[in-house]
Amino acid sequence: MQEFFQQLANGIAWGSIYALIALGYTMVYGILRLINFAHGDVYMVGAFTAYFAARAIGAGGASPSPFYALLVLLAAMAACALLGVIIEFFAYRPVRRSSRLTALITAIGVSLLLENLGIRIFGADPKFFPQLVAPRRVDLGGGVVVTNHQITVVVVSLVLMVALTLFVTRTRTGKAMRAVAFHRDAASLMGIPVNRIITITFAIGSALAAAAGVLVGLTNPKIEPLMGIMPGVKAFVAAVLGGIGSIPGAVIGGLVMGVSEYMVVGYVSSTFRDAIAFIILILVLLIKPAGILGRNVTEKV
Amino acid sequence: MVRRLLIGAAVLGGLWLLDRGLTGVLNPYFYRILVLCGLNVMLALSLNLINGVTGQFSIGHAGFMAVGAYTSAAFTVYAAPLIAGGAPQGLLAAALFVPAIAIGGAAAAFAGFLVGLPSMRLRGDYLAIVTLGFGEIIRVAILNIDAVGGARGFAGIPQLTTFAWVGGGALVTYVVIRNLLRSYHGRALLAIREDEIAAEALGIPTTRYKVTAFVISAFFAGAAGALFSHYTYLHTNSFTFMKSIEVIVMVVLGGMGSLTGSVLGATLLTALPEALRFASADRLIIYSALLIILMIARPQGILGQREVSFSRMFGRFRNPAPEARGSGPK
Repeated sequence: MQEFFQQLANGIAWGSIYALIALGYTMVYGILRLINFAHGDVYMVGAFTAYFAARAIGAGGASPSPFYALLVLLAAMAACALLGVIIEFFAYRPVRRSSRLTALITAIGVSLLLENLGIRIFGADPKFFPQLVAPRRVDLGGGVVVTNHQITVVVVSLVLMVALTLFVTRTRTGKAMRAVAFHRDAASLMGIPVNRIITITFAIGSALAAAAGVLVGLTNPKIEPLMGIMPGVKAFVAAVLGGIGSIPGAVIGGLVMGVSEYMVVGYVSSTFRDAIAFIILILVLLIKPAGILGRNVTEKV
Repeated sequence: MVRRLLIGAAVLGGLWLLDRGLTGVLNPYFYRILVLCGLNVMLALSLNLINGVTGQFSIGHAGFMAVGAYTSAAFTVYAAPLIAGGAPQGLLAAALFVPAIAIGGAAAAFAGFLVGLPSMRLRGDYLAIVTLGFGEIIRVAILNIDAVGGARGFAGIPQLTTFAWVGGGALVTYVVIRNLLRSYHGRALLAIREDEIAAEALGIPTTRYKVTAFVISAFFAGAAGALFSHYTYLHTNSFTFMKSIEVIVMVVLGGMGSLTGSVLGATLLTALPEALRFASADRLIIYSALLIILMIARPQGILGQREVSFSRMFGRFRNPAPEARGSGPK
């Protein structure tokens, strides 16, 4: 039982990171019906921005301070929000009225571009993320031990998710976002500035991905330019699993993915880690084709 | 029929001669690119049947390729020596290569059947993500089978593939899919792409056709995988999600639903990274930037849905004013 709770704790920490990335996917998909393949790479850029920001302000040296850590997190989020806006403006906006497959290939192109630029600029060899917070072990009782990094990951993700939910449900911009997701043309006719809303969506989604990148840097300090591919794909699977377009769905999907991965590592074999996510996905979709929280849309003839 | 068989035999003989000639003339580097072009043409053509012709969306093509590659390699390594009594040599090895390819294709076709089944319930992006999932599951499963090398890679496969085999494979793929498209069944697939609900209303069993498209497509992807496994070092790393993406890009670049477009796209995208080799470190940056620009400037791909046809090209010279088609009232 102790083993089970230990894996559960590890899985929740890792799943929160998936959930943060999945939020960006689900928001963009909700509004543009576009699988933003470059999202995983934005997360990579987030980790690297934090790496360079930490080095620039001298955080993560001998005396780590939470203030510097927060500063680094905000810097990475701001930089990636800008990156997301740039990507949307130069790559996705011109293909918005084209077929969805065209947009998808464009997204793949952006993803490859970010990866290769990353290799060119950051170098292909892994970098070691500075220790922004001094590592400490925390005993949760019953023999379950986690690091304070894992707790930070869960807490920061939780704060961001609550903030996002409040933003989307309580503010005017959030309402406009939901309107655009519901019906873009109708929203436009109601006087909602659709372009600006889409820009804001990309900024928020990318900032969340950047936060995930920084948090990953805390727990798994090895970062490299191709680190975004697999988490990107799995976060997208998490979004689909939870019901794409739904914000709580993305969080549930991410947690399910993280926990099941750690359970497989703990009880079966780590070599099956990459497969379990997809097995769960296929099972869920066969039973509930719109995902766990997704709504079934009736097809109009 | 006899005439067609003769043409077929002549083409195969021609390919064999061409292959002999090419090995003499070309250096191994160019020869290798040619072989890879042929393999990618097979993959792109077969994927086009799902993505371009039937209008479904598969991003797990590398999985089918992996199934074909590993099944046929296992046949050649484990079963062929039993049939031939000792490791087969020369002509016998070549003769056993045909069933190896067929078995690889058949195994992949079965995988295609399994992947096609969810298309009963799932549409669009959901189907896409399931195909992606199947591809990854297949890869991880193979990685855990020790008899085919697991994470070490599968070594000791006789290198039987030459350009003649690959060229022949690409040709067969092209002819079969082209003939399929001109048949009743091909029209049904196109109808599903244009409007699934309308097709169903007209009495086309859409699910059966979608699964069939997956099966046929997977067969040729498996055959391409079989040829690949007998050509170069075999490891599951060759069949990641990125490989599937690469094939999709070929299909879209050439033009969805256009077979000659797929041939063009596959050839271009195999050759382009090599042609950009002068820019060494930056070539992949240029490649991805070109991809984005192309999608913005010409989203329908190079050929769109049209086909390049030699008879029409020459026909234009013979009867100078072909009636403009499809310009009637809309």
